[in-house]
Amino acid sequence: MDDALPALLARDVDAGFERLVVAFQDRIYGLGLTLTGSPADAEEVAQDTFVRAHRALRRYGPERIGELKLRAWLHRIALNVVRNRVRVRRVATVSLDAAWAVGDDVTSRPEAVVMGRASAAEMRALVASLPVGYRDAVVLRHVQQLSYAEAAEALGRPVGTVKANVHRGLGLLRLALEAREVV
Amino acid sequence: MVRNAVTDDALIAALHRAGTVRAPSSLLARVLSAVGVGTQYASLPTDIGDIWIAWTARGVRAAMRAASAEEFAQWYAGRFGVAPARVSALPVALERGVRAVLAGDGGRASLHFDLDALTPFEQQVLQTTLRIPRGEVRPYSWVARSMGRPLAVRAVGTALAHNPIPYLIPCHRVVRADGHLGEYSGGGPGAKRDILDWEGVDAAELERLARRGVRFIGSDTTHVFCYPTCHNARRITDPHRVPFASAGHATRAGYRACKVCAPASIAA
Repeated sequence: MDDALPALLARDVDAGFERLVVAFQDRIYGLGLTLTGSPADAEEVAQDTFVRAHRALRRYGPERIGELKLRAWLHRIALNVVRNRVRVRRVATVSLDAAWAVGDDVTSRPEAVVMGRASAAEMRALVASLPVGYRDAVVLRHVQQLSYAEAAEALGRPVGTVKANVHRGLGLLRLALEAREVV
Repeated sequence: MVRNAVTDDALIAALHRAGTVRAPSSLLARVLSAVGVGTQYASLPTDIGDIWIAWTARGVRAAMRAASAEEFAQWYAGRFGVAPARVSALPVALERGVRAVLAGDGGRASLHFDLDALTPFEQQVLQTTLRIPRGEVRPYSWVARSMGRPLAVRAVGTALAHNPIPYLIPCHRVVRADGHLGEYSGGGPGAKRDILDWEGVDAAELERLARRGVRFIGSDTTHVFCYPTCHNARRITDPHRVPFASAGHATRAGYRACKVCAPASIAA
């Protein structure tokens, strides 16, 4: 990522802001898409995230901006945006049954085929249907590939808790994928 | 009944794929306009034809000749990844600044450039190029040396070939040391010659000097040597003009480099 970006933003928010958006828009949109399962919602989440980030940067002093860990910070804002949206109007959750309905009744299949058949959209639907605590931890660690330290910072939780939630979330996903296969 | 074990590795790889997406192309423009740092563009009729200008609140972003608004907008979006919004005309102060720069009236102080989307290296190249006066040219190596990056000549050439603000940031005033004019982001070597002519540079004379191996002109009264287009060199009367093939030749002949056009570093 761009190491000079925090320094540039600290010197002049507007000078660095476009580069910030360009550098992170794919990731933050991807985060919104995995958390909401909807491209339209994801674009709104991403837009709100960057607008909030801009407002915060305008408020922060140069020292605070210079020390920001931009990736974790933006993920944290995006998570809050998603939570607030759910509070305002409940986002339609995708039911596990609907996500798995595409499976047929073949009882045995090589794993590569199993995972291959779980399309990116299917995976997102499965992830979106996890309990929120597990979902957020799994998404930050394995969809967004943040380190545990970054994920913990973005979630405002201890690293141990995040690790446990990732572990449980992966367990549920594995069960779901395997179950789909033996139905 | 056989159960298929799903390994962690396969699961993690599938999760990563699920999040590897591209944001819609409209997102950047929507964000920038929501926070008030969007780009606008309009065309400006000038002595060298209609120029399309794009600007933000921070200054001029791009200048380019184009057959239509659509052509310019498409080029801009391809270059900056964000679609500009068309307006009917430049703001008055901006137009005044652009016209002053084009006319060589030293209006540069009142015209701001928004180079934020460029790399720090590209920004430095363009800032350095702004120091070349109208009616004069410098080689690519001068830009590299002035930036303190004497070996980055090629990278300087690439940055200038991608100058998004030709005409206003005078990349046409940077030419090859061998007298060839070199690439020009504002429309190729022919356009470069035209705009230099228009600014009063005798490109044909520069090429003649270069063919004879002359890179610098010295004065045998002051013992100072310059680039041929430096205003100090042009003041030297014919009987006192001494041609040099290199800074080394000039230095060995007891000449020192001009402090205005800086044809060699102090160490050279």
